[in-house]
Amino acid sequence: MADKNIIKLTIDAQEIEVKSGTTILESAKMLNIHIPTLCAHDDLCVAGNCRMCVVEVEGERVLQAACAYPITRPMTVKSTSPKVRRARRHILDLLMTKHYGECYACNRNGNCELQDLAAEYGVDEFRFGHPEEPIFEMDTSSSAIVRDMNKCILCRRCVRTCMEMQGVGALNVIGRSEWTEIATFMESPLNDVVCINCGQCVNRCPTGALTEKDQTDEIWAAIDDPKKHVVIQTAPSPRAGMGEYFDLEPGTPVTFEMNTAIKMAGFDKVFDTNFSADLTIIEEGTELITRLYKALVAGEEVALPQFTSCSPGWVKYIEHFYPEYLANVSSCKSPQQMFGALIKTFYAEQKDIDAKDIVSISLMPCTAKKFESQRPEMCASGYQDLDYALTTRELGKMIKEAGIDLPNCPKSDFDDPFGTATGSGVIFGVTGGVMESALRAVIELVTGKKVEDFYEHADIIPVRGFEGVKYAEIHIPEVGPVPDLLKNLIPNWDWLKGATLKVGVAHGTANAKKVMEDIKAGGKFSECHFIEFMACPGGCLGGGGQPIPTSPEIREARKKAIYSEDSAYETRKSHENPAIAMIYSDFLTDGPCGHKSHKLLHTHYTERGKCLV
Amino acid sequence: MIETKTNDLTFSTLDKDAGLKAAIGTKPADVIGTISDSALKGRGGAGFPAGFKWKLAAEAESDEKFVICNADEGEPGTFKDRLLLSDFADLVFEGMTIGGFAIGAKSGILYLRAEYTYLLAHLEDVLAKRREENLLGENILGKGFDFDIRIQMGAGAYICGEESALIESLEGQRGEPRNRPPFPVEDGFKHKATIVNNVETLCWAAAVMSKGAKWFKSAGTEQSAGFKLLSISGDIANPGVYEIEFGTKISDILHMAGCECEKGTPCKVKAIQIGGASGICVPAKDIGRKIAFEDIATGGSIIVFGQDRDMLHVAKNFLEFFVEESCGQCTPCREGNVVLLDGVELLEEGKCSMKYLNELVSLGETMKVASKCGLGQTSARAFLSIVKHFKDEIMGREPISV
Repeated sequence: MADKNIIKLTIDAQEIEVKSGTTILESAKMLNIHIPTLCAHDDLCVAGNCRMCVVEVEGERVLQAACAYPITRPMTVKSTSPKVRRARRHILDLLMTKHYGECYACNRNGNCELQDLAAEYGVDEFRFGHPEEPIFEMDTSSSAIVRDMNKCILCRRCVRTCMEMQGVGALNVIGRSEWTEIATFMESPLNDVVCINCGQCVNRCPTGALTEKDQTDEIWAAIDDPKKHVVIQTAPSPRAGMGEYFDLEPGTPVTFEMNTAIKMAGFDKVFDTNFSADLTIIEEGTELITRLYKALVAGEEVALPQFTSCSPGWVKYIEHFYPEYLANVSSCKSPQQMFGALIKTFYAEQKDIDAKDIVSISLMPCTAKKFESQRPEMCASGYQDLDYALTTRELGKMIKEAGIDLPNCPKSDFDDPFGTATGSGVIFGVTGGVMESALRAVIELVTGKKVEDFYEHADIIPVRGFEGVKYAEIHIPEVGPVPDLLKNLIPNWDWLKGATLKVGVAHGTANAKKVMEDIKAGGKFSECHFIEFMACPGGCLGGGGQPIPTSPEIREARKKAIYSEDSAYETRKSHENPAIAMIYSDFLTDGPCGHKSHKLLHTHYTERGKCLV
Repeated sequence: MIETKTNDLTFSTLDKDAGLKAAIGTKPADVIGTISDSALKGRGGAGFPAGFKWKLAAEAESDEKFVICNADEGEPGTFKDRLLLSDFADLVFEGMTIGGFAIGAKSGILYLRAEYTYLLAHLEDVLAKRREENLLGENILGKGFDFDIRIQMGAGAYICGEESALIESLEGQRGEPRNRPPFPVEDGFKHKATIVNNVETLCWAAAVMSKGAKWFKSAGTEQSAGFKLLSISGDIANPGVYEIEFGTKISDILHMAGCECEKGTPCKVKAIQIGGASGICVPAKDIGRKIAFEDIATGGSIIVFGQDRDMLHVAKNFLEFFVEESCGQCTPCREGNVVLLDGVELLEEGKCSMKYLNELVSLGETMKVASKCGLGQTSARAFLSIVKHFKDEIMGREPISV
């Protein structure tokens, strides 16, 4: 008997069998039939509101949105016909009546879905008019994201992203008919509402309505100023994404080509943020062990589970939504900010450069890093620790502007004194990576044995993968001697012998919310010792500053690039990084979580709550 | 209460709750069978077969089911549901209860148009009385069927008359249509199987249960069984609510409401808007056409325009309405109505070329097929039919010099 769930359909005279419930759009993709879309996005629920993807379904009175039409019966579909083409062209004509802005003065020129479709459908005039003046004032209040609603086509991807993927709800629809707008609460500036700056909306905006706050002009000015010493640290995820900006396949790593390109563009030094990722592991791992010791041996009240603090989107999320749990958040600064503080202190001293003449820049996959760098508490060095956080897109633009052919640049290494870090630092870019790095270090420091004795190739598989929320238990069967670095904090490891370390991982703040609600309800995550939270889907590799577009497949490709880079490193554990040993022997001489490290590498948080001031 | 002129209405002749008593004494499947046999189609305008809708909901797998009475009567020029709610509220609730019995629902919701708030107290009184009489509540009439009804007020948006937007509104969301399929019969209020029926449809369902499918089917035409209430307004002597048999000619309807066109005196009617703002504009020469699903279908609004009416102004008035009432979700409706309205303003100023008018007509055709819901799919109809029938009138404006 034929399977009732398999349905035969015909699109443009091509036959295909699909599972019941598959949409027309998905079926067309399987047949390599291109149907244009604007509101549809692989990461988001179906909206069916732009109507670009309308098709003819035989027997239906009206055209149907291919993205929103589930196939439940055999049918014949025409994806192109005079009626369909006329409708699509009309929809573009109608969008143009409100889309104010000149393509050549737009951040998304050359990477705009509306522009692409206008070309595809031969829009050669503004048939029903075109605005000659802006209707909306641009919102530049946020330090991370710029909103230009003049370019908004009301596809609502941003609204769905913010609500579904991130559980934040900073953006929503107000008004009706031609007065419909995407707005913040009470139409306040973005800076004044509950926004975590994650930039996921930017990644999914089909036009230039949502962009990062571009700081490339400031960077050029610094580079062009001979008095300034301009250094840049680069995070792992942009290296897995930058290739896409230069039309390489997603997942093509360009780490060492990029180092050369950065120098050619005029930066004085290029450092590896993975150094401070390794440093984070030591500091945050020490903090965790200290908390556990206090709780389990000294019987002190300490907040557990410990939450990671690397993701500034997550940090702002918890400050807004769960401020009562801020004590659980590791006091460690993010790798970006740790590095920032060290560059203007340790590095400045070493190189005998006045810190005020250093312009410290980071390359991040992230828009929230811009906000983080400008937090008032991030001034431990006596200056703003980090001057500018650039997104992958911004640096890509600068490299293009400098006429550099990045994919064909020769390879070069990172600059000393921080050198090239470890595989542990690299995997900070993927969800579960901070946890895996921490576990690699903790297992070796506590047991005195190799991680490889417990996990093949030191790959801690239980914390890997794109599942929204992960939970794992790590058994510690035996303990070794306390390493020198931690001797002044912990007398012995006996109390951990036979213990089971319970850990959690969540990415995307909607998933973080699930974990937080579980903790509030006393569920299994409340029993955890350590939980990694990343604001963005897939972790930093899916960050709001990465090349556009994004999709599950693209993030999967970037993930592969990151794990293969980790595999290729000789040193894959943070505590084995020679630069880490150097920094504790030469500069942070009172050790991890010591006085100096507390001053430079640790921070505090702000209870923001959900109400506006 | 507002006095509304009517002719003789079938609903005045029905025995109270005879339909419910007949229905509840049989099986749900029999009720659906009777409604299907009567060939009753939805009276809100779309004309979906009522028995089939109930059958789909009855067969749907859903742990909870709902009956929703769409009393968001917002179509310009229609007020027949207002009469039913004020004068025949028992019959409305009777119809809902029958629907609940047929599909296996325990609760009904009457979604009442915000402008009808003045009817709320009256309707609540009727509900209270029905509970006292055990026509609602537990074990209705001792037959083991539990069903109750609550009333929820709308907030004034026309779009909430669209059934999936109505459901969104009921759920506390923005009143915006959902993608269909899935349809409410399987995925409706709170994602449960739901029937949404017009006030009048529910009344006729009760009448059918009372007087039989045969009685109903023998009236009207082959494809349009039974009777229809019309709300007649505009340039006519006796506006009001009139019951007709389907298949009645427009001229007869006009005559019923006091137009003398059939009596040999010069007819003063220029055009008739049938179906409200979302309907079509019929020129006086076509008054031989019939009200029926196979000819001109309508939810019941008939607006009569006299000889001295400016048809361009009529088109403008309707487009202004849609520019106000589009939910703003889909592109063709949100932006298209604005472009058409701008076009009408160009016509008013004598500045619209024939080429551009043709562009607008083409756009209107796109809006009819590419919009997400019935609002956008119908909002251009009045404009298109006025352009078709009154082109000379609307194109013949003196250019306005500034």
